[in-house]
Amino acid sequence: MAFEGLADRLQSTIKKITGKGKVTEQDVNAMAREVRLALLEADVNFRVVKDLIKRIKERAIGQEVLESLTPGQQVIKVVKEELTALMGGEQSRIAVADRPPTVIMMVGLQGAGKTTSSGKLANHLRKNHNRTPMLVACDVYRPAAINQLETLGQQLNMPVFSMGTDANPVEIAEKAVEQAKADHQDYVIVDTAGRLHVDGDLMQELTEIKEKVKPDEIFLVVDAMTGQDAVNVAESFNDQLDITGVVLTKLDGDTRGGAALSIKAVTDKPIKFAGMGEKLDQLEPFHPDRMASRILGMGDVLTLIEKAQTNVDEKKAKEMEEKMRTMSFTFDDFLEQMGQVRNMGPLEDLMAMIPGANKMKGLKNAQIDERQLGQVEAIIQSMTKAERQEPGLMNASRKKRIAKGSGTTVSQVNRLLKQFEEMKKVMKQMTNMQKGKKGKGFKLPFM
Amino acid sequence: MSFFKKLKQSFTKTESAEEVSDKYKKGMEKTRKSFSGRINDLIARYRSVDEDFFEELEEVLITADVGVTTVMDLIDELKMEVKRRNIKDTGEMKEVISEKLVEIYYDGEAEEIEALNIQEEGLTVILVVGVNGVGKTTSIGKLANQLKQEGKHVVLAAGDTFRAGAIEQLEVWGERTGVEVIKQGAGSDPAAVIFDGIKSAKARGADILICDTAGRLQNKVNLMNELSKVNRVIEREVPGAPHEVLLVLDATTGQNALSQAKTFSEAANVSGIVLTKLDGTAKGGIVLAIRNEMNIPVKYVGLGEKVEDLQHFNAHAFVYGLFADILEEPEE
Repeated sequence: MAFEGLADRLQSTIKKITGKGKVTEQDVNAMAREVRLALLEADVNFRVVKDLIKRIKERAIGQEVLESLTPGQQVIKVVKEELTALMGGEQSRIAVADRPPTVIMMVGLQGAGKTTSSGKLANHLRKNHNRTPMLVACDVYRPAAINQLETLGQQLNMPVFSMGTDANPVEIAEKAVEQAKADHQDYVIVDTAGRLHVDGDLMQELTEIKEKVKPDEIFLVVDAMTGQDAVNVAESFNDQLDITGVVLTKLDGDTRGGAALSIKAVTDKPIKFAGMGEKLDQLEPFHPDRMASRILGMGDVLTLIEKAQTNVDEKKAKEMEEKMRTMSFTFDDFLEQMGQVRNMGPLEDLMAMIPGANKMKGLKNAQIDERQLGQVEAIIQSMTKAERQEPGLMNASRKKRIAKGSGTTVSQVNRLLKQFEEMKKVMKQMTNMQKGKKGKGFKLPFM
Repeated sequence: MSFFKKLKQSFTKTESAEEVSDKYKKGMEKTRKSFSGRINDLIARYRSVDEDFFEELEEVLITADVGVTTVMDLIDELKMEVKRRNIKDTGEMKEVISEKLVEIYYDGEAEEIEALNIQEEGLTVILVVGVNGVGKTTSIGKLANQLKQEGKHVVLAAGDTFRAGAIEQLEVWGERTGVEVIKQGAGSDPAAVIFDGIKSAKARGADILICDTAGRLQNKVNLMNELSKVNRVIEREVPGAPHEVLLVLDATTGQNALSQAKTFSEAANVSGIVLTKLDGTAKGGIVLAIRNEMNIPVKYVGLGEKVEDLQHFNAHAFVYGLFADILEEPEE
């Protein structure tokens, strides 16, 4: 992470306060200042920050925080609640027109990710809602933009409507909807050219498309890395087109994404989807509460827990815990755990979601190479059943054989064996620790 | 207003400068209006220079995406300056504020247009990097066109083998500008494409090879490693190359731009920045922070969609563009 999160920022302030046993209004002001800086560093628009800080102070200076045992945590809680409230409640659904096709218009600045998001959205509609979308190439300005959408269409095996670069975008959109009706496509996703919100002519073009095809949804696509200007962009697009929702892209980067908050605050339109990667299935519904955590730098604990829940079998997890405690954890178990964790998605993403992961020694710069994991898998798979159960059997000739079988070297095999033993020790410590504290609690396997 | 006059004079000294200044003025119209308007407004509202004044000034600068740390430093320096010169009236602050901002932009290297490091002899290799959607390919197209008009033999290498339509996009620019594009199929190894590009550029006796790369978010370790590999291939094939590694930044980007500058510099030694999309309402203030914290100069700015709208960065012109309203006020 490039910027320290709020939790880190507040550490020193909190220390001072907990030492005193009593919190003054001055302390709250000091904390409010840290919160303000954290939000500004996260690119939340300063106007929005100002209102927010005012409300937070009002709530914090009241009893709630001052009498609490851990004032620091309380402040974070208040801040998070306020942020979540501002971000709005539940994620919203996509509209369905009374008479198909449902028309969705994608608009935004250049380079926000409209074309990619169009492809992802089409994929999402087909995969999760069983729809048959059609993509429409209305970006006649940027070189090869049509080509890009057509390539996406091919990858998805989905129809793409285009009329080349000489046609008028308004006309293209109109014809496309007619075509969709004739072909019984139930969704039409209109990919428009990127444009500046201050470009009068091009904004007019969007208004015309809107009038002609009467879209059920107009999604403003916004780069999550956008700074203070997000407010101006969102405001203009909303004023001129009355957008129905927002798609936030490039959230798989390390930006805090304060723009999300700014956009919501000025347009009051829901953020419906988040782009989480370059692959066409990496579009996720947007969760306001998780975004609030992220902006604060608290890690996305909820997403992590949910991912773990859907992918890890409860019963198996229990068995595993037992094994960890009794140190009877074997390479077979290890392999299984690895499989489960990898099912949750790229490890890098998982790491980013763990709060404080950037502070833990050794983890801070831990760069997880998926290929290395592949090697680990290969090494384990090259072991015999007996070896997997009882690593103590290992001798030089066995190691040689394993290295040969997995296409690695003996030193790599040695390293894995050593790591495995160390891991077992750590696991024992961890499970004992957790048992003493709460009994139950989420833990990431094999860490 | 002696400082403003100086700034204007130093800038309008040369013949073509007037023309450049107009481009900046026009391109940055939206940017300037809101920025200098707010500073003027601020000065009008406060009579005396006090804490409240500084707090609001802080906000004005933050809104320009200058970045919290840089703003704090700047405010501290301004406070010192106010004490030193015993300034009480906000009217006098205008000059001090611009002076300090300019100081950061110039950073001791003043007066010079930040030219590209182009070799007199042999092949100059320019590597263009950045996150997704900042305008790498478009900037390359514009740059190639300008360099060609200067009489250089330019070759492009289509190193973005990942994004759909990226190779075709570069090819369109190649056709438009009459510059050859070296490419392989989609999905091929970018380092191999660049290697090919170098070989071909050498064989054709080209002056400049501009290498496009796929957009990548800086926290994707594997993709950043891929970029280092591309960089190594260039280093190995052409001694002293890449002569320029240009990081393309979107002016609308907020604080993440600093993280981009840092991480891309680690993977490939970034030598300059191309700041695109400055013709919107974004202020591009992050340039200040990057210069202040990383000392990476801006080499080009994108002030519009047209080929000639990609302009050499000129600190004078940039500040002039940002402050033109204030600058011209005393003459009215």
